[in-house]
Amino acid sequence: LTVPALYIVFPLALVIAAVAVIAYIWATRSGQFDDLDTPGMRMLHDEDDGPSGKSGN
Amino acid sequence: MSVSQGVKCDHCGLPVPAGLVEPEAEHQFCCNGCKMVFEAIRGCGLDRYYAIKDDLDDTSVQGRTTGKQYEEFDDGAFADLYVRPAGENLHSIELYLESVHCAACVWLIERLGQVVKGVIQTRLDYGRSLARIVWDPEVVKLSTIARTLDSLGYPCHPYRGVKTRDVRRREDRSHLIRIGIAGACAMNVMVIAFGFYDPNSQDMDPVLWHAFRWASLGLTLLSLLWPGRVFYVGALASWRTRMMHMDVPVALALTLGMVWNALNTVRGVGDVYFESLSAVIFLLLIGRWIQHKQQRAAHDAVELLCSLTPVSARKVDPDTGDVQNVPVEALQSGDRVEVRSGDSIPVDGVVVEGASDLDAGILTGESRPVPIGANDLVHAGTVNLSRRLVVEVHATGEATRIGRLMQLVEQSAKDRPPVVRLADRIAHWFVIAVVFLAALTFGGWVFVSMEEAVDHAVTLLIVTCPCALGLATPLAVIASVGRAAQRGILIKGGSVVEQLARSGLLLLDKTGTLTAGRMELVHWYGDDAAKALLLAAEREVSHPIAAAVVRSLEESHSAPAEAMSVDVSQHLGGGLTGQVAGSPFCIGSPKFVQQQGCAISDEHQRAVEDVLGRALTPVLIARNGAACAVAGFGDPVRDDAPAIIARLQREGWQVRIISGDHPQVVHAVGAQLGLNEIDCMGALAPEDKLHIVQEAVRGAAHPVVMVGDGANDAAALAAADVGVAVHGGAEASLAAADVFFTTEGLDRIEQLIDGSRATMGVIRGNLGVSLGYNLVAGTLAIAGVINPLLAAVLMPISSLTVVTLSYRSRTFGA
Repeated sequence: LTVPALYIVFPLALVIAAVAVIAYIWATRSGQFDDLDTPGMRMLHDEDDGPSGKSGN
Repeated sequence: MSVSQGVKCDHCGLPVPAGLVEPEAEHQFCCNGCKMVFEAIRGCGLDRYYAIKDDLDDTSVQGRTTGKQYEEFDDGAFADLYVRPAGENLHSIELYLESVHCAACVWLIERLGQVVKGVIQTRLDYGRSLARIVWDPEVVKLSTIARTLDSLGYPCHPYRGVKTRDVRRREDRSHLIRIGIAGACAMNVMVIAFGFYDPNSQDMDPVLWHAFRWASLGLTLLSLLWPGRVFYVGALASWRTRMMHMDVPVALALTLGMVWNALNTVRGVGDVYFESLSAVIFLLLIGRWIQHKQQRAAHDAVELLCSLTPVSARKVDPDTGDVQNVPVEALQSGDRVEVRSGDSIPVDGVVVEGASDLDAGILTGESRPVPIGANDLVHAGTVNLSRRLVVEVHATGEATRIGRLMQLVEQSAKDRPPVVRLADRIAHWFVIAVVFLAALTFGGWVFVSMEEAVDHAVTLLIVTCPCALGLATPLAVIASVGRAAQRGILIKGGSVVEQLARSGLLLLDKTGTLTAGRMELVHWYGDDAAKALLLAAEREVSHPIAAAVVRSLEESHSAPAEAMSVDVSQHLGGGLTGQVAGSPFCIGSPKFVQQQGCAISDEHQRAVEDVLGRALTPVLIARNGAACAVAGFGDPVRDDAPAIIARLQREGWQVRIISGDHPQVVHAVGAQLGLNEIDCMGALAPEDKLHIVQEAVRGAAHPVVMVGDGANDAAALAAADVGVAVHGGAEASLAAADVFFTTEGLDRIEQLIDGSRATMGVIRGNLGVSLGYNLVAGTLAIAGVINPLLAAVLMPISSLTVVTLSYRSRTFGA
């Protein structure tokens, strides 16, 4: 029978869920959901490629 | 002015006026402001800005530089208010930037550190145009940073709402955390519950069977005690005020469901349905979050607008006479400040030097300028129109008249009775009905068996759990409020929509609401030659009426304004005399023209009386010693106003004008709008307006709506059931109002009312669907046809229907 596997998987699933929730709480408290607009634009810009810059990306 | 089609400005992309095209130049600009910004950006080596902008295909108008010096940013008092420490020897500030509009702006502003040495970090919150700047005060002054931002086309202002923003941010975060936890619990309980949906689940390994049930119990309990606590807090508050609202049935269903399921789990018998309990918590929290966000957005917009008000005053040094920019907060009683023409007066005080005209509309609502001179009292917020003044400070900040008015606003907002919303009224009866029916079901089935009695009663509570009922209003409102915002109507609270759906009493301010709020040429009696003379003469002088004359003549007068050379001298009391092409002329009030010895014929005398009868200000033009034309100036009624007022009256609205302006003027406006004289009240102080509104609100069963713009309306706006601030209003009225318009025009009121009616229709539809569903499912539960498990599966269907109905609705013309 496959049932005994659940004895391990079930608590493990709960632990993983707990970890995810803790990670979420940490992310929220550190302000990652405060501004949802700007980071989406920021990632479009290449990291600094010198003051003169190349055009197009 | 003609615009050449082909040439586009290299900065903002708008067409360049033909006169400004320079064929040899490498770059073309539509104005000097764009040119300066372009050069500043190029000079800093940040031209990649344009590449990013092109990628975005963005053609909106760019910012202009103001060339301000921002000296006050370096003042100690300014620093105390806005600057905060940011680690070792660093300072930080949040600045509200004008004209941030695309991703390229984010790029440019966040590279400020490359341009200004000493700027450590810049982060922009694009949604609210707030930049957080961290800098080293040893290396660079804040005014330098501000000047640089200005030169890049982003005039900046210190953000005043940092403290409230911090509180709200904490609130937002705990809200999100609650949703997250409730969601995680609900999803996991749901997954576990799938195991029990199998009809053979009783054959499961008994250890696992119990473990699953206990785990579900634990997760649901966690969800109930942590995120679900808000419902109990709400239910308790509603119990104390004896007004049932949605939280009461929710708390009741959750408690009963929890107790019953926990008992079954502990005893190890019967069915459990934790999944529906945790799903209810999760879904309702999302509903609340939506409602919360929608109200927050409008509040934020108002606060940002408030940051635009001037924070600096020009203080005159008593010894040297030097003028220095200081923050208003640094001023003390007895200081002297200089107020230039066009600036608003920053303090309450007495004029010690100079004479000018004052626009006191913000306090009185009067559109006509008031002449002031030495020893006259002036109030903060009023605008100096014509000449430089020096004012001795008597009171600043909250001690000023406008400051006291703001306290009145807060007070009247607090005194306003809370709105009983339709959903809450329904919830009140709903709770009573459901509890009564559950008791009846239990009482009926207990004769069959105890087990069945509890089962059916709990099924009823679960299936009638007011999930859809709780979502019905917020979803319909958020969908409408979002669409209204796109059309320039910002709504702060959802209850506004419900209030406006019924006809009631509409109180309108005159200046700036029914009228444009500025002087214009309304009436003209005489020939065009005199018009050209008037224009040429008034161009030479600085006086508020002169400015109005020039503006409205330039807009309407089609004859070429050829350089008519006039020689003008200005007289005290608002008159002009001069020479044109060798012949003398004189322009001014009838009295002034008579004093100058000019003859006024009967014909012109009648024209003057006609103008006075329309509550306009008459201006006579005399040439060669005889009057030749009469002009009437006033604040004209908006073109669309009569039609809109008539329509609202047809729909059952009672319309009244309450204004601070002269009664004669108010009656004249009322007559044009077809209103009775008793419905047009003038010469009202802000306190009188507040009183009228409070009286109306107290007596009436129908909503009282106040529409206004000035700070003199703010207290009345706050006291009304719905306060509407129109475009261009004082920030005080924006803060007090429930709704404000970002674009001009009275037709917004019409759209607001129509949209509210449509939204209310959607809300009623939603409530109908969810109640109808509850009725059917409830009947089945009472009859014992469905069990708690099936009830838990059925429950989300009504929520889904409500969500779909809300978002498919067409309110606010979208």
